Amino acid sequence: MKKTMSKTTKSNFITYGMVLAVYLIVQVMIMTGNLSSLLQGLLVPLCIYVILAVSLNLTVGILGELSLGHAGFMCVGAFSGAFFSKCTNGVLPDGLRFLLALLIGALVAAVFGILIGIPVLRLYGDYLAIVTLAFGEIIKNVINVLFVGRDSNGFHFSTKDTMSLNLAEGGEAIVKGPQGISGTPKDATFTIGVILILLTLVIVLNMINSRTGRAIMAIRDNRIAAESVGIDITKYKLLAFSVSAALAGMAGVLYAHNLSTLTALPKNFGYNMSITILVFVVLGGIGSIRGSIIAAVILTLLPELLRGLNDYRMLIYAIVLIVMMILNWNPKAKAILIKYSPKALFGKKNAAKEDK
Amino acid sequence: MKKSTKFLSLLLAGVLTVGSLAGCGGDKAASDSASSTEASADGEVFKIGGIGPTTGAAAIYGQAVKNAMELAVNEINEAGGINGAQVEMKFEDDEHDAEKSVNAYNTLKDWGMQALLGTVTSTPCIAVAAEATNDNMFLLTPSGSAVDCVAAENAFRVCFSDPGQGAASAQYIGENKLASKVAVIYDSSDVYSSGIYEKFAAEAANQEFEIVSAEAFTADNNKDFSTQLQKAKDAGAELVFLPIYYTEAALILGQADKMGYDPTFFGCDGMDGILTVENFDTALAEGVMLLTPFAADADDEATQKFVSTYKEKYGDIPNQFAADAYDGMYAIKAAFEKAEVTPDMSASDICEAVKPAMTEINVKGLTGGEDGITWTADGEPNKSPKAVVIKDGAYTAM
Amino acid sequence: MSFISYLINGLSLGSVYAIIALGYTMVYGIAKMLNFAHGDIIMIGGYVVFFSASSAGMPPLLAVLLSVIVCTVLGVTIERIAYKPLREAPSLAVLITAIGVSYLLQNVALLLFGANPKSFTSVVPFSGLSLAGGKLNISGEAIVTILSGIVIMVGLSVFIKRTKAGQAMLAVSEDKGAAQLMGINVNGTIGLTFAIGSALAAVAGALLCSAYPTLNPYTGSMPGIKAFVAAVFGGIGSIPGAMIGGILLGVIEILSKAYISSQLSDAIVFSVLIIVLLVKPTGIMGKKINEKV
Repeated sequence: MKKTMSKTTKSNFITYGMVLAVYLIVQVMIMTGNLSSLLQGLLVPLCIYVILAVSLNLTVGILGELSLGHAGFMCVGAFSGAFFSKCTNGVLPDGLRFLLALLIGALVAAVFGILIGIPVLRLYGDYLAIVTLAFGEIIKNVINVLFVGRDSNGFHFSTKDTMSLNLAEGGEAIVKGPQGISGTPKDATFTIGVILILLTLVIVLNMINSRTGRAIMAIRDNRIAAESVGIDITKYKLLAFSVSAALAGMAGVLYAHNLSTLTALPKNFGYNMSITILVFVVLGGIGSIRGSIIAAVILTLLPELLRGLNDYRMLIYAIVLIVMMILNWNPKAKAILIKYSPKALFGKKNAAKEDK
Repeated sequence: MKKSTKFLSLLLAGVLTVGSLAGCGGDKAASDSASSTEASADGEVFKIGGIGPTTGAAAIYGQAVKNAMELAVNEINEAGGINGAQVEMKFEDDEHDAEKSVNAYNTLKDWGMQALLGTVTSTPCIAVAAEATNDNMFLLTPSGSAVDCVAAENAFRVCFSDPGQGAASAQYIGENKLASKVAVIYDSSDVYSSGIYEKFAAEAANQEFEIVSAEAFTADNNKDFSTQLQKAKDAGAELVFLPIYYTEAALILGQADKMGYDPTFFGCDGMDGILTVENFDTALAEGVMLLTPFAADADDEATQKFVSTYKEKYGDIPNQFAADAYDGMYAIKAAFEKAEVTPDMSASDICEAVKPAMTEINVKGLTGGEDGITWTADGEPNKSPKAVVIKDGAYTAM
Repeated sequence: MSFISYLINGLSLGSVYAIIALGYTMVYGIAKMLNFAHGDIIMIGGYVVFFSASSAGMPPLLAVLLSVIVCTVLGVTIERIAYKPLREAPSLAVLITAIGVSYLLQNVALLLFGANPKSFTSVVPFSGLSLAGGKLNISGEAIVTILSGIVIMVGLSVFIKRTKAGQAMLAVSEDKGAAQLMGINVNGTIGLTFAIGSALAAVAGALLCSAYPTLNPYTGSMPGIKAFVAAVFGGIGSIPGAMIGGILLGVIEILSKAYISSQLSDAIVFSVLIIVLLVKPTGIMGKKINEKV
């Protein structure tokens, strides 16, 4: 028992160390001027996707439920965080404001996670997947008709257009329906992103290796058996689901504070984004936190590094996706790959501890 | 399961290695090209970047801009370039996504871009404009029509702003007494469309017509318009204002025809292109009015030449995005010449010199009409939209 | 009166969803996979009809037939190359592969056909009915779509109940392992399912593009998702369920557009789906799943 514990701890420290090492290398490269503008610009998005992938892995890998609505939580977090920042910009000191925005984004997403989780988690398998997809689309759809403005009389809401907000002189429309929120202060930095990744890892890894985590995994592996030994299914499912949502919300806040414009388009908060994040999780190994991190980084970089191929890059991305899946999961292809891979490099250490 | 996870980490790590190698390679190539620029290319060519969606659902706009920009650059180079220097262009895809757009912008910066013609769509444009302002990079968007796109002083645009079009349309309908009951169908998920609609509705209050029905649709739900049309019909609208792109407009015209509803349809510049949709039954568009700065079958020499070269090269008839991009490239040329910038200047120096020059130039171009386009310091173009009506499958001036 | 015309509009939209959902549910029932690429096969089918009918001047029926053949071959090829190697893999891996195939088809179409939309000439030769002095219009496309939906539904049900291959499909969908032990060619059966599903996609493509006549590389994706919702709505795997789910979805969508909000109609449709699933977790016509310990 003791030995397993130390092995788990060791594995976790490898994960933390990996993140820190990459952070230090990147910092050195920035200081020595070896990092291209493209990669510098990608640093914050990479952090965002890593957090999203790790948090979704909590739902998909640890809880064992397929969620296709992760982008919805990200969207809720992004909008609530950006809204808060817009309202308090200049009132609160920047650091404090951003910290509060992160907290608010995470909190609002968690509340949504609970609200959605209560009914949804009663379903199973593909039905749960389709309902989460539906929730993601609903959130996006509702935000697109939401108009919020502020003037001396307080806040005004409308679902029609900015005119029907009836703002007094000097009032400002903050959320402008499809035009979303623009002019959010750019607070997100790589350092903050890495801190948030580490925070995410601490939360998720500790959760997995705790009593709670074991209960959650017991539910995943055999719900009925878990129930029969007295595990409160709803409570643990909801816990995992809402923590996952909160972390996605936090990533959303980071997203909102990285770009000066925030709109809920199908591209960034639609089911396509949820699927993109899911791809990171599946490719990284369901349940493997470290795998999620690596997959998120590689798959975010891949289309950018393929830019030289112009119109063919998305095509190649699609092919890579299919080939990777087949190589990973087809017994024959796998056998061939294992035969020709440098096995020595990957000892037992890499067999993820989160494994079933 | 254990085995597979192990294998997965293995494979991923392998890919990571390859990925990071590729990453390094990419970096190297980037820095190489940057250094080679400094060594040989600098002082010889202007590097103009372009950004727009060339893949994804908005690809049609980005591809039009890319093609027209290429066309203009080739023409400019054949005619001796700008200030005696050749122009080199590079166009990056942004998939109509703000985040990807910033990536594209950074890629172009690595390449050594000195001015940006882009981005094509509004939301990404706002994000890129913020980055460009930080770097003091000159930005001219051919078609980013949202107000915020050119909020910064280094940003200009070729197309009309959304509110400008909304107000102009309402005034035109009111002043020419085209109808007393007007319905609007707009895309509430699109910045362009909702921007025009809002201003149109505001301006309508000052005009002698009434908006009897204003119905929206969203990008996820842009196939069936029977409900919106039915409401317009029930409200007795004589004119339906469509501040939307021609892809959806083509569907609306067809569905209205099937319903037996035949009001006057009135569109904005996004409607241009409807006659060129491959296989579209132009009889459906008979009597459609639109305010547009560009008409592909205008009979002036510049337009005809542009359209025929474009068609020959890319196989399509250029739309309004292409025309704006073409004019944008010539505006950059004019401003560069006015400011007498040279290719060895940094992007920031060029920007400083070109900003005041933009307000002094006049580009006739394809969309400028008789008087040409001039710019104000806040980045807005001055040009007059032409009102055209579709008769016998062709635009006719009204 | 306007209520009736909304209802008719809903029926015609719903019939398009239904016909796409039939293909979806077919593949799901047997292969137990969410074939996200189904919508894109529809798009390819649409292009085939467009080029053969509108450009090459083939008679519409022949063009649809050609499209059925092309899509069947395409569907079977995709199944062989991308899905078959993953037969034993977790369903998530197959899902991601299907998404990869979907991206692949979209981008191939983008490169081959360009981003410019094409205007589709309807394959339906007659213009529909006009009732109550022109106040009610039922388009020819709607009539044909509903009729073909019913024909396909009945045909599929008979095929599954009465033929050996159909029974084999049923057996595979119940229990793959046991079916194999009984001497059923599981791979062949799944291949056949994909062939039928893709052929249905071709028909759906022709009808979708006739009803809403624009065609671009992304034409299939949103109707695909909606049809998927419709299939779940009706109880995924159930053939009459797909038909009912599709029609209901179309009617709800149009009515909520008409009486509640034209912008929120998607949100309303998805909310109804959620409510239905909460009340009846396997959809309207879905089979109850017995849990085994």
